[in-house]
Amino acid sequence: MLALLLAPLSVQGQEPQRAIPASEMRSGREFVSAATRAQQDDLTVNPGMLWVEQGEKLWREPAGPAERSCASCHGEEASMRGVAARYPLYDSSLQRLLNLEGRIQRCRVEHQKGTPLAYESAELLAFTALIAQQSRGLPVKVDIDGPARPFFQRGRTLYLQRQGQLNLSCAQCHEDNWGRRLRAEQISQGMSNGFPAYRLEWQTLGSLNRRLRACFQGVRAEPFASGSDEFVALELYLAWRAQGLPIETPAVRR
Amino acid sequence: MPATRIVLPAKARKGEVIEIKTLINHVMETGFRRDSVGNAIPRDIITKFTCTYAGVEVFRMDLFTGVAANPFVAFTTIATETGELVFEWTDQHGAITREQAHLSVV
Repeated sequence: MLALLLAPLSVQGQEPQRAIPASEMRSGREFVSAATRAQQDDLTVNPGMLWVEQGEKLWREPAGPAERSCASCHGEEASMRGVAARYPLYDSSLQRLLNLEGRIQRCRVEHQKGTPLAYESAELLAFTALIAQQSRGLPVKVDIDGPARPFFQRGRTLYLQRQGQLNLSCAQCHEDNWGRRLRAEQISQGMSNGFPAYRLEWQTLGSLNRRLRACFQGVRAEPFASGSDEFVALELYLAWRAQGLPIETPAVRR
Repeated sequence: MPATRIVLPAKARKGEVIEIKTLINHVMETGFRRDSVGNAIPRDIITKFTCTYAGVEVFRMDLFTGVAANPFVAFTTIATETGELVFEWTDQHGAITREQAHLSVV
């Protein structure tokens, strides 16, 4: 019993085992058609850039009763380079794990004294797209040690847990069967390095949480709310799985 | 006004064929879909796209419900003289989104 209690503590700081070795890690980019890849790589035709451009405008617009814009504190958006690669990140003042969307919502409330932007709203998507795009090409590098470890474990549990009427876990598709076909589509490894991404199915840009909700619905499970603690923990686990893959935001996915 | 992106070379030689790429943010709602409670989602589409170059129309396109959201249109024209290219997207209500770009011909 004592050993069981101590077990989670002893794994702190240790690198957990990877189901997909680093040499076999493949971004979602490699599971889409050549035309979609070309659309993603050429930023002039990448539809996700519409949101990035919108974000550039909003970045300089004062908002909330404090009448401050993002630029008032952060300066140019280029100062955000590398930030998205570290999210989700543990916030010690809130004692919570925050994803990029959550961080922007906190900024809205704390520094601009406004109301948080709704999840999946055009504005929040524009901000996340802009900030994540600054890190395009940088490797995903999240911290899963220290206070972030319990959230990581929670995300891992969710990832490995069978759920829904189909009784499937994330791992059963994206680790045991990636590269094989599910009806007409090839199953990807479920790497999160391209989000927020433009999905052809959605015909719009969307957050990773929206993608997760679609996966949950796919296995006929009740999805968690976007931005919920469960999804943010799962996001951390997914980011760790994608550790080292380059950020591709705004990615184009099928 | 919806966001747009226009990409073309800033400069071109006289007689050169240049490629122009355009993108506009638009839902292109077909009118055939229903929302979660079964109500029809009304049609909302762009119906016409034109490009004039130094006052002369060089490209025109009619759009229908089969065109996906955020229409991307690429076309070519011949660089004849230095001038403005004017891009106009007209939606089904007659609202026009207009953008301009400058081309220098050397």
